[in-house]
Amino acid sequence: MAYALQQLINGISLGMIYGLIAVGYTMVYGIIGMINFAHGDVFMIGAFIALIAILLLQLAGLMDGPAAILLVLALSMLFTSLYGWAVERVAYRPLRGSFRLAPLISAIGMSIVLQNYVQISQGARVKPLEPQLPGGFEILRDGHFVVQISAIQIAIILTTLTVLAVFTVLVTRTPLGRAMRACEQDRKMASLLGIDTDRTISLTFVIGAALAAVAGTMYLLRYGVIDFYIGFLAGVKAFTAAVLGGIGSLPGAVLGGLLIGLIETFWSAYFSVQYKDVAAFSILVLTLIFLPTGLLGRQEVEKV
Amino acid sequence: MFARRVFLGGALAAVAAGSARAQGTTGGATGPIRIATAGPMTGQYAAFGAQMKAGAEQAVTDINAGGGVLGRQLALEIGDDACDPRQAVSVANQLAGRGVRFVAGHFCSGSSIPASKVYGEEGVLQISPASTNPRFTDEGGWNTFRTCGRDDQQGQVAGKHIADNFKGQRVAILHDNSAYGKGLADETRKALNANGMQETLFAAYTPGERDYSAIVSRLQQANVQVVYIGGYHTESGLILRQAKERGMNVTLIGGDALVTNEFWQITGAAGEGTLMTFSSDPRKRPTAAEVVQRFRARNIDPEGYVLYTYAAIQIWADAARKINSLDPRRIAEALKAQGPWQTVLGPISFTPKGDVTVPDYVFYVWKNGSYSEI
Repeated sequence: MAYALQQLINGISLGMIYGLIAVGYTMVYGIIGMINFAHGDVFMIGAFIALIAILLLQLAGLMDGPAAILLVLALSMLFTSLYGWAVERVAYRPLRGSFRLAPLISAIGMSIVLQNYVQISQGARVKPLEPQLPGGFEILRDGHFVVQISAIQIAIILTTLTVLAVFTVLVTRTPLGRAMRACEQDRKMASLLGIDTDRTISLTFVIGAALAAVAGTMYLLRYGVIDFYIGFLAGVKAFTAAVLGGIGSLPGAVLGGLLIGLIETFWSAYFSVQYKDVAAFSILVLTLIFLPTGLLGRQEVEKV
Repeated sequence: MFARRVFLGGALAAVAAGSARAQGTTGGATGPIRIATAGPMTGQYAAFGAQMKAGAEQAVTDINAGGGVLGRQLALEIGDDACDPRQAVSVANQLAGRGVRFVAGHFCSGSSIPASKVYGEEGVLQISPASTNPRFTDEGGWNTFRTCGRDDQQGQVAGKHIADNFKGQRVAILHDNSAYGKGLADETRKALNANGMQETLFAAYTPGERDYSAIVSRLQQANVQVVYIGGYHTESGLILRQAKERGMNVTLIGGDALVTNEFWQITGAAGEGTLMTFSSDPRKRPTAAEVVQRFRARNIDPEGYVLYTYAAIQIWADAARKINSLDPRRIAEALKAQGPWQTVLGPISFTPKGDVTVPDYVFYVWKNGSYSEI
């Protein structure tokens, strides 16, 4: 029992990070119908910017307490958003109106560019960071087994929920959100009605990148080791999560992320660790056979 | 239009082939002799690539300063396989195509084994300074040698040490499913069982991930006190760090892939007391003293595989001088038949398979950010 509870905590905190990245995939897909394969690498850039911010703050002697971590988070979101904006501007906007596969290939190219850019500018070696938020709480003790939730796990869960709440309000209650949903439904009609679709799409990328920056910062703080390659694996997992939850659906992305995190964790906990990815992807396949649009995806209505 | 494109493509290919041949001939009769070192220069295990590069560069500089080999200077090529078996094969083809006759590499066993087939066909001699998987020389052709030991030897030492020093404790064995990691874990398990101890858990993890909390919880559930990991330092370090963060009191035991200062950067204080098998410190051998000073003068710590790479190149150069030929096959025969070869590591002789005759694995312990022999 205690063991299962601990694995539940592990699974949720892992799933939250997947979910945060998955939101970026799903938002972009929703609005322009393309998979932004560079998103995993934007997440990686977010983690690197957070690392640089922490090291600079440490140098200035200001890296102390939760306020400093919030500042790091804000800096990482700010700079990563710029990257998200630039990626869209450089690699996708010129291809808008081109055939469907063009931006997809461009995205893969962008992913390679970002990876190599970081590899060359930051070096190929892993970058370690000592724990910034040490400590944790003991929830339960069962013989030698201790159920524990660490401070950083709590921070991950709280931050994710807050950030998602803010962005849900943004999408459902604000003029920008209305414009985004309008673009999603029919971009041409939206632009006829006076919505600046280019600006709306840009902002979608900015928001997606900001969420990836949150995920990157949390990832850095939790695991303390990053390199230029982390975006690939995390991106694949998050993309899977987005598809599982129903690509295009915000709550679906979070649900998918949580599910992937939980499936992986519980499979490693009770069965063979080495087949956890097989388990996660098998469930994805089964889900897509019976629910082709994912768990919370809407039925695509063919427009005539 | 289509035909023209094909023609253009053909012309381009012909030009490319021509230039490759031109490069090949410069490696021929006169001009520098092309040799290479190949390993993970980028990626997760780039720390080891850097070690190999440092060792190879110093060896080539020293040999060239001493007049080169057979009166010709050496030119060093660096191959980057990122520890990826597929990339290793393409690097091997590339190096062979550039007229390289000898490769000191690769690092990861999973890379060395497939690359050795390419080298074998292309007539390239390969001496790996670090690939310890038995299959490398067991299945290897005429061209495979190594200056390090083998995992069956390493595993025997590790398994026996655990059985002797951690009697009655619960031991878990993990590996990363790589040729190196799994081979080492299997050999250690064999030796452990032969010495009358059973492991509590034997499992594989996925390398490249960061979240090992599920495995760590599983270790705690199984009440494990000793964890043996067949794998590289990044993952081993993360598993240990996450276990210590949970307040677990475990001893990590690993193989020779933990001999890099990067391990400590990842674990921090959590790495205290970690044990690993490696050959007795080559930096302290009298034969290495002079070379070690040269490294230190360049501000390089010749840790881990630096001197092993240096020795690999030294051996090749010595053999070539001795038989007065650069023919890789003849050098390979001489390496096995003649010897011992004087190197920075001390005298080295090879078995008919291409392994060193006297491997010497001992235990090291991590303390305060550095490792030392027990």
